[in-house]
Amino acid sequence: MPLTPDEVRRVAMLARIELSEPEIATAQAQLNSIFSLIETLQATDTKGVTPMSHAGDLVARLREDRVTEIDQRDRFQSVAPQVERGLYLVPRVIE
Amino acid sequence: MDWEIVIGLETHAQLSTVSKIFSGASTAFGAEANTQACGVDIALPGVLPVINRGAVERAIRFGLAVNGKRGDNICRRSVFARKNYFYPDLPKGYQISQFEFPIVTGGSVTIIANKAEKTIRLTRAHLEEDAGKSLHEDFQGLTGIDLNRAGTPLLEIVSEPDMRSAEEAVAYAKTLHALLRWIGICDGNMQEGSFRCDANVSVRRPGGELGTRREIKNLNSFRFLQQAIEYEAQWQIDTLEAGGKIRQATVLFDPDAGVTREMRSKEDAHDYRYFPDPDLLPIEVGEGWIAQVLAGMGELPVERKLRFQREMSFSAYDAEVLTADWETGNYFEGVLQASLQGGEKPGQGDFKLCANWVINEVLAKRNADNLPPGKFAVSEETLGYLLRLVRSGDISARTAKDVFSEFWEESRARAFSDQGGSPENVDKLIVTRGLKQVSDSGAIEAIIDQVLVANAKSVEEFRSGKEKAFNALVGQAMKATKGKGNPAAINEILRRKLTS
Repeated sequence: MPLTPDEVRRVAMLARIELSEPEIATAQAQLNSIFSLIETLQATDTKGVTPMSHAGDLVARLREDRVTEIDQRDRFQSVAPQVERGLYLVPRVIE
Repeated sequence: MDWEIVIGLETHAQLSTVSKIFSGASTAFGAEANTQACGVDIALPGVLPVINRGAVERAIRFGLAVNGKRGDNICRRSVFARKNYFYPDLPKGYQISQFEFPIVTGGSVTIIANKAEKTIRLTRAHLEEDAGKSLHEDFQGLTGIDLNRAGTPLLEIVSEPDMRSAEEAVAYAKTLHALLRWIGICDGNMQEGSFRCDANVSVRRPGGELGTRREIKNLNSFRFLQQAIEYEAQWQIDTLEAGGKIRQATVLFDPDAGVTREMRSKEDAHDYRYFPDPDLLPIEVGEGWIAQVLAGMGELPVERKLRFQREMSFSAYDAEVLTADWETGNYFEGVLQASLQGGEKPGQGDFKLCANWVINEVLAKRNADNLPPGKFAVSEETLGYLLRLVRSGDISARTAKDVFSEFWEESRARAFSDQGGSPENVDKLIVTRGLKQVSDSGAIEAIIDQVLVANAKSVEEFRSGKEKAFNALVGQAMKATKGKGNPAAINEILRRKLTS
């Protein structure tokens, strides 16, 4: 199922990646080569095989409900571009 | 022509764990910004999420509670997935949620709306993490981000589109809210955002195809839920009747203007590109764990309601009111217990006496003062003691009401910081104010004899068949005892004397 240039634009938009026209062509070719690999995989007969959601055939270990973290705000915020009154400042986003 | 409103709700309930769903940071409300946001919550590179057992356990408890305590709606193996979207209060660029394999599928909630019972089916309930908070006040044109809430465990409960009016939607939300508090998995604090609803609303011709729905986001009060649905449904009907079309959209309710407004087109926003989170292995819930959660669960609202109806012969209405929340039922049972002498077995009259008091006095006052469910300004021991004295005839019901009201006022004067009155205070007031009822039949007989002599006319009228005259004589006798006569004793002795 080869991707059209419009589909590449849409995927780029969803991933917030800005692509120029030549880059779209390159990305299209690269994505389509990945899709051809997926097609090969999909040709495999998986009848009777339970789908896995993880490569490891294990189940999650659970954590007890206890507070184990301490406040490290100052350390985390020392690398933040801008901080005020304990808040991280980011470019304004309004719906 | 008629329109039918179709509503489904998605409810986000914050689970009452002390730590976050995937990290060991605290979930306590009201901390200084970003002091409870650890490396996992702010998505530092290289960190890995680890699931909180307490969150999974609460989801299991919910599953059991909405399925008659049968665990067949709990998925033995559920999977976390990434829901991808960009927003600054979601530092990872995805929210960890559940998609194809949620922890709970199915179940139902029974509501009472317009005096009829109705079952609302649940589609699913899944675990997910909350996002942080964006503060759009002025930070030199920038937005402030507080990630304390990021990673707080949520249970998203999705209903089927089974509701047909705003009243039903509110009844469902209230029932669900009470149930979550009852089973102790969510504090239900709506001001703090622990319980929020999204309403999917569409309209159609009765029996016709489902219409296109619009989703009203983030309703955090029952009143807004009601207003928003009413406005939205009317707007859709008006639009369709004017020949317009409904476009699928997400809308926000503006409580000041009382209107819903379109937020963004769903076309892009809904492309979340879910996929299983490679950082998390599936959660397995074995039979042993379900049995263990079940063993730790108390009576459910519906079970307690039926027990009250069965053991105490209460009407469905009384039983419903007394089991509307966990605390009210406990309070009622506490009052009943305290109203008995040691070892005494309660009878029908005792059940009814306590129920009437709790419903007509306590709940009426609690609602008038707008107190939360667990807040009672007079303790169950104090009220129970008052009722014990009413039962024994030591004080009249009137006196009990006055004393009870006084205690309640006392607590209110202290802004309900503690409860008013105590059994000892009841005893003191009885002595200092002479509240003890005159039940001694010799004393009452003497008083009645005087009343009969002084009110010969009323006696005559009663004997000629005027039942009303009897009440006048009771009134005179009460007056003669300065209101302290035991009404039952006065009634009995008076009737005996008049008819003998």
